[in-house]
Amino acid sequence: MIAELGLAALWLATALAVLQIVSGVLGLRAGEKGAALAIYARPAAVVQAFLAVLAFFLLLWAFAITDLSIKLVATNSHSMKPMLYKLTGTWGNHEGSMLLWVAVLALSGGLLAGLERRLPHKTMSATLAVQGFVALGFYAFLLLSSNPFERLPIPAVEGTGLNPLLQDIGLAIHPPTLYVGYVGLSVAFSLAMGALIAKQVTPDFAKVMRPWVLFAWVFLTLGITAGSYWAYYELGWGGWWFWDPVENSSLMPWLAATALLHSVSVLAARDALRTWTIMLGVLAFSMSMLGTFLVRSGVLTSVHAFAVDPERGSFILLLLGLYIGGALAIFAVRAGSITEGKRFSVTSRESALVFNNVMLSAILAIVLLGTLYPLLTEAFDVRVSVGPPYFNPAGAIFAIPMFIVMGVGPLLRWKQDKPARIQFELSLIAAVAIAVVSVVAILGDYSILAVLGLALSVALGIAAFLPLRGRKIGRVPLATWGMIMAHFGVAVSLFGMASESAFTEERLAAVTPGSTEQLGDWNIELMGVDPVAGPNWTAVEARLAVSRGDEEPTIINPQARNFWAPAQATSESALVTRWDGQLYAVIGEQSEDGRWQLRVWWKPFVTFIWYGGLLISLGGVLSIVGRVRLDLKRRSAVRKGKARRDDKAALSGAPQPEPAE
Amino acid sequence: MKAKHQRLVLVILALVAIVAAGLIATWTLRNQANYFYLPEQMAAEPPAVGQAVRLGGMVQAGSITPQPDGITVKFVVTGNEASTVPVRYSGILPDLFVEGSGVVADGSLDADGVFQATNLLAKHDENYVPRELEGLEAHQPSDYADTTIGID
Repeated sequence: MIAELGLAALWLATALAVLQIVSGVLGLRAGEKGAALAIYARPAAVVQAFLAVLAFFLLLWAFAITDLSIKLVATNSHSMKPMLYKLTGTWGNHEGSMLLWVAVLALSGGLLAGLERRLPHKTMSATLAVQGFVALGFYAFLLLSSNPFERLPIPAVEGTGLNPLLQDIGLAIHPPTLYVGYVGLSVAFSLAMGALIAKQVTPDFAKVMRPWVLFAWVFLTLGITAGSYWAYYELGWGGWWFWDPVENSSLMPWLAATALLHSVSVLAARDALRTWTIMLGVLAFSMSMLGTFLVRSGVLTSVHAFAVDPERGSFILLLLGLYIGGALAIFAVRAGSITEGKRFSVTSRESALVFNNVMLSAILAIVLLGTLYPLLTEAFDVRVSVGPPYFNPAGAIFAIPMFIVMGVGPLLRWKQDKPARIQFELSLIAAVAIAVVSVVAILGDYSILAVLGLALSVALGIAAFLPLRGRKIGRVPLATWGMIMAHFGVAVSLFGMASESAFTEERLAAVTPGSTEQLGDWNIELMGVDPVAGPNWTAVEARLAVSRGDEEPTIINPQARNFWAPAQATSESALVTRWDGQLYAVIGEQSEDGRWQLRVWWKPFVTFIWYGGLLISLGGVLSIVGRVRLDLKRRSAVRKGKARRDDKAALSGAPQPEPAE
Repeated sequence: MKAKHQRLVLVILALVAIVAAGLIATWTLRNQANYFYLPEQMAAEPPAVGQAVRLGGMVQAGSITPQPDGITVKFVVTGNEASTVPVRYSGILPDLFVEGSGVVADGSLDADGVFQATNLLAKHDENYVPRELEGLEAHQPSDYADTTIGID
């Protein structure tokens, strides 16, 4: 019954998406025949959101009770799994995660339709039509090629389990946050297309679009941060970013969204960069579609997996082509009719933002080419690995100028400014950077990128707070605090990355129980190794007593786990976190003479990478709250003013003058 | 400068930067094409000593020999043909690193012709094969597919 209800909800939602498109298109020509239908676009989007979310909760329920008559549950779950992982297993597979995608898409469409009242009618109609069109494609994908509610002719006796690498709390957080980010960009895309179709690319439109972009960007940032930390402690290699294609496909939308976020701010504040903002809106959503395609089609694991199920891959590729091709076609036709925005001089905040937009796009191009290149060569039967030796230097060429301008940009004034005005700030930033480079160069011999990273991060950290200079702290708007926080977060994160790559110490040894190893100022004693068992795994667990200097030893327990459904082995690392870094321990195999392999890293300030990510997201949240609060205030002021005028008009009997904007 | 001209200048600047990124990417990627070696390629045209490369192949049966220090292993990687490359690796062996299965090693060739691996990638589970090893014999995902054990 659950499955049938879920399927029915999805079909109904599909029908409503069609209604939304028709109604939205009719709304574009208001006043003519058929305008009566135009009022249905908003309700259609809201009800659709309800239905799609309902379908997702029904699938969640099916996983919770392990309904083995549903094919998806039987192939991805197991009655012995802990409840939490039964639930997270809902989106730990292709169909379930696509349903989550669609549910979030419909939900954000519904929120946009239900809450947004500022946009002109025409733009709103066009936006909802585009949003309905995007949703329709994904409903079709779900229903035609990856139905999550498919029944088995005979219910399975037992499920086949879930990949144990994915039985982790990281999985509970990571994919849903990324999806919310991906899908939030779809709203930005619809708004951009709506404004383009209605020829109303105005600062007002940018103000409507900004919270959506911010919202998507915050979730992408959180998703990437969580994913990186998950890979760090779960894979047991001690690395935190592998330039893996799946990681890249979440980084690319983030880069595009970051550029879009800044360009939409320029549009909102200064009415410049109109077409550029629209273009970035299209680009950001293209990147999230491409990310979905790369991860979901199986084209990444191998071209052969793609061939096993060509239907799904081709379907997403078709959708990608349709949306992006369509968007670019509309862009090509309409871009000419968007007049140029306001001008600005070379030394102005706009210029700095444009420069960083271009740098971000260039980094995006580097990542995109590096990700797609192996797929291209594989088509010609040449196997290529593209890894850090490509991404790090090629990315740094554009990232370094970007970071420098990022420190200076917020200090400049809009429209026109003289560099002489911020002489003090400029020399302070430069002096700090040079001082750090020389100190690090004296300390030891480190790679050039690490040294530059350290210097830039310290300089940026200080530069982030310089816009506060000469202002009354209490009167700085919340959105400005958001910017300061996010920029400081970038500095913190960069510091963590550079410090980890420059100062990490490593110890690898074969040890007998009772013996002690040294790593920096840490003492690591192997007290013993015991067999342990979990709900669906067995493991050998090491007891390590670690202490730094003379402090009380801490006991940590790295494990080497063996899962049995399905059979697989994983290393569970053990971490000791201090304010200035992390100790990371992994246990390996037992050698023939009874010694155990032990690998320990001391990673100074590695945690700053993820603290930085959290700060960046927090900055985004502050900015959203600040903007929304300002908007609510303005709305209530407008309402009060109107009420007062109405009262006056009623008293005097004469019409009152309209207020100026 | 008129607004129209300014837009033109911006578009040109953006295009120049993107094209530059594309050129840098292509140039670096062409060098990367020499990054991955199969054993027969490494035998035919060995990379320079110390150059960071990636070696992929099968672990020869019976070739894994642990060293007395307890953390180093030596093994031999073979390809589809007879050529072999000896490999030395210090570190914790990846999960499910076994003889006769596929492996990808990051590292460099030393002066004695031994490949010094700094990192090994083996399969993570029965369905995952390092993508470079797709198509090599004796390492098809289906060979492992029936290892799933149900619980009664």
